[in-house]
Amino acid sequence: MSGAQGSDLNRNPPHPGRLDHAEGASIPLHSRVREAQPRGAVINGDQPIDQAGAAERFIAAPEHERMHDARLWDLRQKRDRQMHGIAEWEDLRRLASEIKEHALTHLDHYLEQFETNARANGIHVHWAQDADEHNAIILSLLRDHGVKRLIKSKSMLTEECGFRDFMAESGVEVVETDLGERIQQLDDEAPSHVVVPAVHKLRSDVAEVFARTLGTDPDDDDVHYLTEQQREKTRPLILDAQAGLTGANFVVAETGTFVVCTNEGNADLSANTPPLQIASIGIEKVIPRLEDLPVFVRLLSRSALGSPITQYTSHFRGPRRGGELHVVLVDNGRSERLGMEQFWTSLKCIRCGACMNTCPVFRRSGGLSYGATYAGPIGLIIDPTFNRHRYSSLPFSSTLNGSCTNVCPVRINIHEQIAGWRRVLAETHELPLMKKVIMREAGHLLSHPALYRTAIATADSALKHLPRFMVYNRLNTWGHGREVPAPPRETFHQWYAANRATKKGKPA
Amino acid sequence: MSSREDILARVRAHKPALARPLPQVPFFDPPPGTDLPATFRESFVRMGGTLPDCGQDDPLDVVRRIMSTAPVTCSRVPEIRGNRSLSDDTPPASLADIDIGVVRASFGVAETGSVCLTEEDLLVNTLGYLPQHLIVLLDPARIVSNLHRAYQRPEWRSMHYAVLQSGPSATADIEGVLVHGAQGVRSLRLFFVPGHDG
Ligand code: SF4
Repeated sequence: MSGAQGSDLNRNPPHPGRLDHAEGASIPLHSRVREAQPRGAVINGDQPIDQAGAAERFIAAPEHERMHDARLWDLRQKRDRQMHGIAEWEDLRRLASEIKEHALTHLDHYLEQFETNARANGIHVHWAQDADEHNAIILSLLRDHGVKRLIKSKSMLTEECGFRDFMAESGVEVVETDLGERIQQLDDEAPSHVVVPAVHKLRSDVAEVFARTLGTDPDDDDVHYLTEQQREKTRPLILDAQAGLTGANFVVAETGTFVVCTNEGNADLSANTPPLQIASIGIEKVIPRLEDLPVFVRLLSRSALGSPITQYTSHFRGPRRGGELHVVLVDNGRSERLGMEQFWTSLKCIRCGACMNTCPVFRRSGGLSYGATYAGPIGLIIDPTFNRHRYSSLPFSSTLNGSCTNVCPVRINIHEQIAGWRRVLAETHELPLMKKVIMREAGHLLSHPALYRTAIATADSALKHLPRFMVYNRLNTWGHGREVPAPPRETFHQWYAANRATKKGKPA
Repeated sequence: MSSREDILARVRAHKPALARPLPQVPFFDPPPGTDLPATFRESFVRMGGTLPDCGQDDPLDVVRRIMSTAPVTCSRVPEIRGNRSLSDDTPPASLADIDIGVVRASFGVAETGSVCLTEEDLLVNTLGYLPQHLIVLLDPARIVSNLHRAYQRPEWRSMHYAVLQSGPSATADIEGVLVHGAQGVRSLRLFFVPGHDG
């Protein structure tokens, strides 16, 4: 092996051709004009979310739509480069899927194993049935320790639990430490993406939010300036917080370890600085063994951002010296989902966001248009399990093109499950009237092959008319701002009848 | 305890009764003869870390020279002395004014350019995050090929805290523009220095 000598190795460091780490874009992007940020879906009690209406507003802001689309597509392409760089990529996906399915079909066993090992290492383990119980457990811990301020790392589970609002009402200050999540907190918005929470904002939007909330220069929208200002303003809050909260990406039953992946190191700051450390963890995050962990760590950031690993992959197996560590294992509907025959494998999700980055509807409409904690393809499956009526329109915000399924590192059949929800919603009468009409028309046509063939064989083929009706109605976000391809001059059946069928002497 | 019992009971009642065996995970080793330090260097730099050019000099001298330019320095490495002392009861938040911290990594991972820093390497965990800049010494003999090999290491079963750090703190949350030093260290410099036991 060359270079065992320290002095040789310390010479002439190589230079990177391209910065492919963290969320960094591999192509230069820059918003050109200031444009007001479109706001997300309006939430009106249990009324079904008008995703298409919110998407229309997003598309009506062309600068936002263009940047959003370009940025996410860049992440998708970076992901592809990483995938092609690893010969065993498909093996890893298969392993990840098999490990998760094994863990989920033995979930009680692995949860108990984790609990036993974590307790043996000095971790306090709590169990929460739902969002309310999760919030109450943490509040009582904070009250016991006299905590006035909590620093927090990004966690979708706490978003699910409405944690920030709850703490605000309870008089505990919560400070987000992830830059994107902090931007969203200061702007009083939910994260719009599981990995890049403020991806729908332009630099000018951030400048406006920071000027309003942190007192920065409203005319300076330089990204380095904004990031530095946030660092300087947040640091003192971190240093004298009395508790820190993180989520977890993976939980290892065998060792009682939980793993947190970030690029900013903010989870480590939150966990390691204050005396009290808390982690909120969904029960589906558990994997059996340490040797399973590299499969997921190798897939997660590559799928999410196109970098080989996050800058920080942190492992917590017990409290630090003089510290106290509490883990809250949260169900909040997961155990119910486990029993849904068509949808239980959605629990394999590792929240990499790859399905969002590749989804044409998500890229064009922005995550806030979904009006739910989880947006994009995986959200369309998970959200209706939380509230079937409120999220009844979401499974229609998809082209069912299958791209999400192709990129998913744990091989969830995402587009089939979305189609599955459409069926379930139709059967349980959760379809809005307009969709019922469309489904009935299309269903009738599609279930009668001869009729379908006649329809598409007419000069005004169905590709022009039926899909236009289905694609360009107000309910299908995807149709806004795009054109269907020109219909072929003849249909496949016509071509087949004219060519192959005659040769074989059979009628079509 | 009743929530615990309720959750576990629901999980038991709902978990699909399907045979899903736990697969064997191969090591996916690179071809024999792969130059691990060279692979490590390449990955480390791609993740935003730097390897200062030491020329003919002793890397430890180069570290000392860099340290001499900073007002507040703190070292966990016996060969290097900082001007801020560290003991196991140093309050974690008190490390915030350190300009440069120095630590020795337990091992490195060639595939990802990561260094493993444990609670023992750091003594106070915030030494990895609160200083403005971090310098890491790594024994080139302690580089494993990939993450599968990395997770075979003993640290994961003995330490309460260990991090695979790959480059400095980084963000691109605003328009995809990469910025180092979002919250944690602004730079990560690595020097290959054989360990006494390595
Ligand atoms: S469904 Fe798959 S692709 Fe989408 S976030 Fe989850 S793991 Fe990633």
